[in-house]
Amino acid sequence: MRIPFILAAVLLGGVTPALADGWSGRVGVDYLHFWNAPLNPEQYSNYLSPFAEAEYNAEWDDGKQQFNFTGFVRGDSRDDNHQHADIRELEYLLVASDYSLRAGVSKVFWGVTEAEHLVDIVNQTDLVENPDEKTKLGQPMLNLTLNNLGSGTLDLFVLPYFRERTYPDASGRPRTRLVVDDDYATFEASNGHKHVDFAARWSVSESGLDLGLSYFNGTGRNPRLLPQQIAPGQFVLAPHYELLQQLGIDASYVDDSILWKLEAVGREQLDAWYFASSVGFEYTLSGVFGSAADIGLLSEFMYDNRGLNATRVIPLPPVKAIGAPPNYYQNDLLFGLRIGFNDVQSSQILMGIIADLQGQGQIYNLEAERRLGETWKVNLQFRSYANIPVNNVLYTQRDDNYMRASLAWYF
Amino acid sequence: MRKSLSLLALAALFTLNPAFAGPAEDKGLTIAKEANTRDSGWADSTADLTMLLKNKQGEESRRDMRAKTLEVPDDGDKSLMVFDTPADVKGTALLSFSHKTADDEQWLYLPALKRVKRIASDNKAGPFMGSEFAYEDITSQEVEKYTYKWLRDEKLGGQDVFVFERYPVDKNSGYTRQVVWMDKAAYRIQKIDYYDRKQALLKTLSFKDYKAYGKFWRASDMNMVNHQTDKSTQLVWNAYKFGAGLSARDFDQNALSRAR
Repeated sequence: MRIPFILAAVLLGGVTPALADGWSGRVGVDYLHFWNAPLNPEQYSNYLSPFAEAEYNAEWDDGKQQFNFTGFVRGDSRDDNHQHADIRELEYLLVASDYSLRAGVSKVFWGVTEAEHLVDIVNQTDLVENPDEKTKLGQPMLNLTLNNLGSGTLDLFVLPYFRERTYPDASGRPRTRLVVDDDYATFEASNGHKHVDFAARWSVSESGLDLGLSYFNGTGRNPRLLPQQIAPGQFVLAPHYELLQQLGIDASYVDDSILWKLEAVGREQLDAWYFASSVGFEYTLSGVFGSAADIGLLSEFMYDNRGLNATRVIPLPPVKAIGAPPNYYQNDLLFGLRIGFNDVQSSQILMGIIADLQGQGQIYNLEAERRLGETWKVNLQFRSYANIPVNNVLYTQRDDNYMRASLAWYF
Repeated sequence: MRKSLSLLALAALFTLNPAFAGPAEDKGLTIAKEANTRDSGWADSTADLTMLLKNKQGEESRRDMRAKTLEVPDDGDKSLMVFDTPADVKGTALLSFSHKTADDEQWLYLPALKRVKRIASDNKAGPFMGSEFAYEDITSQEVEKYTYKWLRDEKLGGQDVFVFERYPVDKNSGYTRQVVWMDKAAYRIQKIDYYDRKQALLKTLSFKDYKAYGKFWRASDMNMVNHQTDKSTQLVWNAYKFGAGLSARDFDQNALSRAR
């Protein structure tokens, strides 16, 4: 197995002074197992990939200045694209009384829902890490946070460099039927990666309500994957990144045991607007059956006003080509359960079913984790697809039901 | 017959409703208010905490964290707790706004996702970090969160103490009542017995090594023993500092997501 130089460097740099001031991180291995045969001959049913993440934090001036670095690296002997490294964070932070400033590579998360993250747009998805799209790449940014506005806080972002989404290669799994080849990536913006994007979010928190209104203008992080012939009989998917305007709202309201959640976006791509939303709640029962455990009942309804067209990779005639990337969650319902055992080992289970209300199938998900001893953690994830019809964006992953077991040592 | 009935009714009122303002209730409230007055005006504090969780077999588990607290005029305290160990929760932070009468508010910061998550407030009876301390045990104890009744005066460990009962006002509390031993000399809590929803003795919290920081007293050692499971959690406080000039800006969601 090729071990990239950077993995060694990160490990040496991170683990050696691990117990010295500032360094922390984790080293581990993921085992990915698929129980159905793959759809393509180059794919496998088992993948083993080690990973390491090292973090350095320094704080001075009474906490008013910070420097943070996080580097990540993964090795994979079967999927060359799954093997990758990223600077998740390399930032300087200055905190003053009325504002704070962040410069460098960082990560910002916006959102309140569990199944689908609509509003979260600043960071690019590191899709090769997890098809649930929740792992992100570091984003270069200049971020000014103003908190002297009377009510609420305003976050302004200048995002000067675009990062492309990561995709598995031919032997990776799950993947699209045609392999995504980023050598053929194109941009609507004439200056491509150098296009400077802007984002802003105003947020306020009052009496149980957390509300955020956000705006993004720049190159959309989610590309349209367009079939392209690169040689006689050889096709790939070329990612095409279009300019996007997004208006977003994210809100949560807590009322005793219920947390209400809402995310809604309006997106403008290729001169057409569409709208998507995710609304739901989480109801927590504490101390069930006389134990210390909590059970959370979750439900979310996801909607995309493009309807079934949003889920298609080939648009239905007579509708012309969709000017935006597909979305599986056009009319879907999530039912989930979160069990927090509140034990010394911080054991947790999160499970859910997402059912499509327009016959597009179901997704089953289960995640469980617990600490082993004081420094180890084991994580198990199951994901399974059922009844995905032809032409649905997930159709090529219908047999990619998997289990991921992850073991990591933390320092 | 009628006279004894009304006496009976009056007696019933006294015993069934602990909030009824009889002399014992008044004295209890006065003690609680005096303790609160003596512990007001510290403005803000920072401290390091180590939590040692011990199970029945004597096996130990350790948690290290740093806590910042802000006194809020006319309301409960704000606090920001950042976890240092175990290593897998390093950087996780908890922001709490305690309120005198409204529900407490809490937000959790998850560093791996950089996500700030609001927590539903009714979980106050749940264990904090898997320990024997419930969330309601560690959030700021406002006078308005309980009703009181003085029981007696006695001696505890050579000191003269007040012994009084307090009844949580919040219906989500895991306790029906608590018995508090508070020294007369400086109104410091020395011991608390916690009674669960079945009225059985659940836990006892002992405070040791009180140190004076100016006119404010803080215990360096708190030990919570669970009598029903034989587990215990010891909280050791270090490096207490007061009056660092913190403000509400150090206790908002931005500060929460910057906490390392």
